Amino acid sequence: MTGPKIAITGLGAVSPLGLNCRQLWDNLCAGNCGISTITAFDPSDFECKIAGQAPPEFNVRDFVPKAMRKTIKLMSRDIELAVAASWEAFESSGHKTQAIDPENITIRPSRTAISIGAGLISCDLCEIAPAVANCVSNGEFDLHKWGSEGMQQITPLWLLKYLPNMLACHVGIIHDIQGPGNNIICAEVAGHLSINEAAQIIARGDADLAIAGGGEAKVNPLVHTRQILINRANTKSNDNPHAACRPFDANANGCIFGEAAGLVILEKLDDAKNRNADIYAIFAGAGQSTNLSPKWEKLESDGKGIQIAIENALADAGVKPQQIDLIIPHGTGIAADDSAESTAIYNALGAAAEKIPCLPTKSMLSNTGAAAGALDIIIAAMIIKNGKIPAAKNCEKKAAGCRLNINTKPVEKNINYALVCGYTYGGQTAAVILKALT
Amino acid sequence: MTNRVVITGLGIVSPIGHDVQTVWNGILTGAHGFAKTTIFDASTFPTQFCAEVKNYNLKDWTSRYDVHKNANRGSAFAIGAAVQACRAAKIDIETDNPKDSIDRKRLGIYLGAGEGSVDNNFFFKAIIDAWNPQTNQMDWTAWSRVARARMNAQRELEQEPNMPATHLAYLCGARGPARSCLTACAASTQAIGEAAMIIRSGQADIMISGGAHSMIHPLGITGFNRLTALSTRNDEYQTASRPFSASRDGFVIGEGSAILILESLQSAKKRGVEILAEIIGFGSSCDAFRVTDMHEEARGAVSAIEAAIKDAGISYKDVQYINAHGTSTVENDSIETLAIKKAFRDAAYNIPVSSVKSMLGHLIGSAGAAELMTCVLALRDNILPPTANLNDPDPALDLDYIPNRPRQKKVDIVMSESFGFGGQNDVLILKRYVE
Repeated sequence: MTGPKIAITGLGAVSPLGLNCRQLWDNLCAGNCGISTITAFDPSDFECKIAGQAPPEFNVRDFVPKAMRKTIKLMSRDIELAVAASWEAFESSGHKTQAIDPENITIRPSRTAISIGAGLISCDLCEIAPAVANCVSNGEFDLHKWGSEGMQQITPLWLLKYLPNMLACHVGIIHDIQGPGNNIICAEVAGHLSINEAAQIIARGDADLAIAGGGEAKVNPLVHTRQILINRANTKSNDNPHAACRPFDANANGCIFGEAAGLVILEKLDDAKNRNADIYAIFAGAGQSTNLSPKWEKLESDGKGIQIAIENALADAGVKPQQIDLIIPHGTGIAADDSAESTAIYNALGAAAEKIPCLPTKSMLSNTGAAAGALDIIIAAMIIKNGKIPAAKNCEKKAAGCRLNINTKPVEKNINYALVCGYTYGGQTAAVILKALT
Repeated sequence: MTNRVVITGLGIVSPIGHDVQTVWNGILTGAHGFAKTTIFDASTFPTQFCAEVKNYNLKDWTSRYDVHKNANRGSAFAIGAAVQACRAAKIDIETDNPKDSIDRKRLGIYLGAGEGSVDNNFFFKAIIDAWNPQTNQMDWTAWSRVARARMNAQRELEQEPNMPATHLAYLCGARGPARSCLTACAASTQAIGEAAMIIRSGQADIMISGGAHSMIHPLGITGFNRLTALSTRNDEYQTASRPFSASRDGFVIGEGSAILILESLQSAKKRGVEILAEIIGFGSSCDAFRVTDMHEEARGAVSAIEAAIKDAGISYKDVQYINAHGTSTVENDSIETLAIKKAFRDAAYNIPVSSVKSMLGHLIGSAGAAELMTCVLALRDNILPPTANLNDPDPALDLDYIPNRPRQKKVDIVMSESFGFGGQNDVLILKRYVE
């Protein structure tokens, strides 16, 4: 990275492992799993009946200032999760925003950037169902009736709930963020890439502070069915949700999907030091690339695009493979993808890859799409801060050919550099390196 | 490291043509892309017309059709536009052994791309069969049965907004930085701006950038109709997009893709490719006001303009043409005019401003890229595109909007503005390339 050093000073997460980062960390350390039978809809006729869902007590009303309560009806679940996580991210950083304390605002709105990755937001089928069901002729949908009558039953601002930029827009409005704003929509690497881009925006001088990460709610019948039909979802472990997602395990059987939002506060290290902020980690560098596979849902077998992203991140951070103390891989639990990823990590890091503790998190958190990378970066920051690597779950017998050192027992360890990597169907890849404040 | 960033290739698939020169000639001679909607039967919708891409066949653009055959409309258009842009910039495509001396790890992609259309074949039928009006609940078993029987898994995957970038990476063998963003109507301006920053900071030599989007489908039009954002001038659809007119009543939705090749000056010189223009400024901002409306005082738009001017290191009087967002909605055109006046003060009255949405329609995610392309061509040919259908000027809007006819004018620095629903604003500044 060129430019000023950038610190991570705030963390916020709503995830299957809790309403905040404290719960997330405690649950990870306790070896708990956030995957359970789906309650968002009746899953009994779906091959995969389990997912990672936010705790039932989650309520977005707790996170929207009173004067803005009427905007809640414009929020899809994805937006709700991001709004909640934004609150914790700012509060944990010690910064005061318009929403948190309007009398003592510490951020400069025009010098604050926002970059929140999102997914393809599926509309709430129950919401449009009454209107659709009124437009039937001979058992099929009647577009004529829809145009003349049906659509009038749709609430006028309906579209705004499902535009993926609205995560960033709502968060920006609540906290009054007026600097550069973006939302990267790159499926399961959107979170990594958003945090990377926000760091670059600060590095090039276009902002002093940024809130960045991702949010996505994949526990939806439409999204769920898609993943089942492209054979990514595990359909064999419905009776045993906690053992279902098994990254890098010989019995890996597919991915489990979920919902979450994860956001971090990035700021210039000098600014953070000047205000005596609690610093979780330094954003040391990042890399990106693409897997080039003509089957969009599959990786190249050697995970070449992941390897290039890691190599670029090492170069950007100016570190050698043996300096890395922790790897958080994407580790979906899809056997072929895990194999490609472990090959890519080995090819990028060489023999060091066999020694560095590796903590896949989706066995506990599920695959939360655009939030996934942000959660992993948050976890890496908490591991650096606490000097403790929680145990990986469900990797009892490593898959053949996997040369990673899966961290199956909790380890107390000073972490200087942590590598987080990711990939997505469609091919885009990312790697991020965090460093301890020394 | 700060590399200069130049544009070395253009490509477009749009409602008024599938190559750069046809589109440009059309814009200069008053062509338009508007017609009754044919993609679906919109005959009872409040808006029954749009700007569709016509007679486009993906097979004409790829020798690997099998790989791309499930592409959604946006991805398919992106392939055609990228093929043109890569040819112009001498980037080898669809080969495992490129001879263009470009390091594929230094060749990246950054699109402002949108989602595909839901598959109407299963989507509505599944809801109809599953909805129980007595209980006001969905029977998910019934839903699943229909969805599973009618769903095409590969086409579902292709709806993801990252897929246009995926197709282009495969087309070009690109292994460099790959991102895709979707800041609504500002998406491709944002993508080009951030792509330029990636080259400027040395993370890549060449970025394939631009936009790809189609929202011309029943739910897309429903969404915009319910927002009352679309013109409903069904009897005068040829002239319904009338930015800055007193009688403007909404935008006309279009679709398409525009792709630009951004390159470090050093790389372009080394490869000996033609340099079409230089990107000198990028500004991005958020309104932080309301998700439904632009800020009344144009706060976000003004700060994006200011940021771009500052980034370019120029003064306000240096800007000789503004390609407006100019959607033809009552709100946008008023607030955009206010933004230009607030940012440029007295100089605003001397700067010609126009909106090519009056002819192309509003390409949503692709709009900014297509419009920036017209800025490149304006610099090349010293001619400014007009605002069509400007026959009854809004008396409250008093800038020079280049009504109806293109204008010969030598320009060296031009600006393109894009403002997204929700309050995301992006501005790019181009300069005629000189050593």
